[in-house]
Amino acid sequence: MSVLTLREAPPERLDLHALTPLALSGLGQAEAERLPIGTSRRGLVLGDCFSVKLGGADELVIEGGHERLDRVGAALSAGTIRVEGDVGQRLGAGMAGGTLTVTGNAGPFAGAGATGGTITIEGDAGDHAGGALHAAKAGLDGATLVIRGRAGAHLGDSMRRGLIVAGEAGAFAGARMIAGTLAALRVGDHAGYGMRRGTVLVGAHGTLMPTFVETGTHDLVFLRLLARMLRPVSPGHADLLNGTPRRYSGDLATIGKGELWVAA
Amino acid sequence: MTETTHLILNGIPVEDTFAEAFDVAGTAIVVTNDTARWAMIAATTMTGFATSVIGCGAEAGIDAELSPEETPDGRPGVRILLFGFEPNGLKEQLIKRVGQCILTCPGTAAYAGVEGPTKIKLGGAIRYFGDGFAVAKRMPDETGKMRRYWRIPVMDGEFLCEDTVRAVDGAVGGGNLLFLGRRHADTLQVAEIAVEAARAVPGAILPFPGGIVRSGSKVGGRTKGMMASTNDAYCPTLKGRVGSNLPPECGVVLEIVIDALTSQGVADSMRAGLHAATEIGARHGLVAVTAGNYGGNLGRHHYHLRDLIAKEASA
Repeated sequence: MSVLTLREAPPERLDLHALTPLALSGLGQAEAERLPIGTSRRGLVLGDCFSVKLGGADELVIEGGHERLDRVGAALSAGTIRVEGDVGQRLGAGMAGGTLTVTGNAGPFAGAGATGGTITIEGDAGDHAGGALHAAKAGLDGATLVIRGRAGAHLGDSMRRGLIVAGEAGAFAGARMIAGTLAALRVGDHAGYGMRRGTVLVGAHGTLMPTFVETGTHDLVFLRLLARMLRPVSPGHADLLNGTPRRYSGDLATIGKGELWVAA
Repeated sequence: MTETTHLILNGIPVEDTFAEAFDVAGTAIVVTNDTARWAMIAATTMTGFATSVIGCGAEAGIDAELSPEETPDGRPGVRILLFGFEPNGLKEQLIKRVGQCILTCPGTAAYAGVEGPTKIKLGGAIRYFGDGFAVAKRMPDETGKMRRYWRIPVMDGEFLCEDTVRAVDGAVGGGNLLFLGRRHADTLQVAEIAVEAARAVPGAILPFPGGIVRSGSKVGGRTKGMMASTNDAYCPTLKGRVGSNLPPECGVVLEIVIDALTSQGVADSMRAGLHAATEIGARHGLVAVTAGNYGGNLGRHHYHLRDLIAKEASA
């Protein structure tokens, strides 16, 4: 296990995308401390901000988070990264596999374009979690994103594949969804705005889009599989399917193959 | 009867011969429903008219009833095995049978029932019935492996069907046993008990009616163009002619035919059937047990009854 300990609040935003347990384990102490992580002309390297203790290729712990730590775990494809504290934007963006856990809060665009692995944010997430980066065609693309706290607006914007589970989410949750599954105990207004396909499951919601039509309650085999998928991730979300959830079909302003399930 | 050496099992003569069986393409699917009764209705319908690959396009049967704990969606289910000459024919039959018998059956869902190297697109083909309204969903199974399902809108809600199922390598069709008896009712009872034992082996089915066939066949016939014709050597009304294999006391012959996903499954199933039949055979006038073959030149798999007399497979 490698351990990076943040000495003090960084003087600028840091780009930590290259720090994976596997990459660090192949480096010597001096090499690791010289890894560039700065985003300005200052030329910050890892040793400037963190004390570095190298170890095995399976796990990396970043002690002392900060909202200026950007792109943490973006290059992760195997192993575990655990951040004890907050992180900045683009947590695990484009991540391909492995396990990424943040005990604090995350900035915007967490899990954007992530194709595999599991990202867990114990605290809150910023806007566009699991969403598409600027100019990107798709948001979350196969990974599992778990936000125990509250997610901001545009959760899962343009997500294409995978699973997002959030405690609460702001407005436009599941907007422009291409496909995939999003579950939240409560979402804000306009959930599923412009969604093409995909499944949004909510406990409660704000104003619904007028382009969603209610199709009633259905006892579908799919809901059994959905509950089985959700239960290991969050039993509370699986319990949303107890009873007879109500289904809305939409967004009919698009191809309208998406669905919004509202717990009974 | 022709001069052959006989082995004895439970006091019943067992001809020292072998069953000749063939490599076939095999697959398994699991169908589930809200009740075990309706899962069985779906399975029975799908495995209808599937006794012989020659005339039916496929051989199919019910492998096992599954409890809710054993199925992907926690509902009662049935595991169906389907065999064809080759993977393409199997695919065609699978899609036809699922499309006509499972898609149509109220409440039924279909899942892959076996892992194997050859993919068969099932839900991915049937989804066109959904006329563009079907949606695919990737979800993990109980082991965490991602699987893709199609949700096809139908009039009772949705037909959920796994996108691809698998065909196995090494499936074998045509394992068989022939029971030479004195009276029809008694011999039928012997065959029924053999079927019950043979069916209990996992991964094996007996595709004929009740697992039993009375019209065993030989390759070709005297009529031009016949692929197969009656196995005259075992027809009791042709006894006494040149070529008959039946002893004077034999008045009826019934055969069981076994298909399995593995060669070992055929052997285990034949062994179970052989032992079960001979155990009660003396009480029911069983004259002898033999097996059907074509001289050993057509099928790659030979199951010698001599090897099956031992209770357990030798290592």
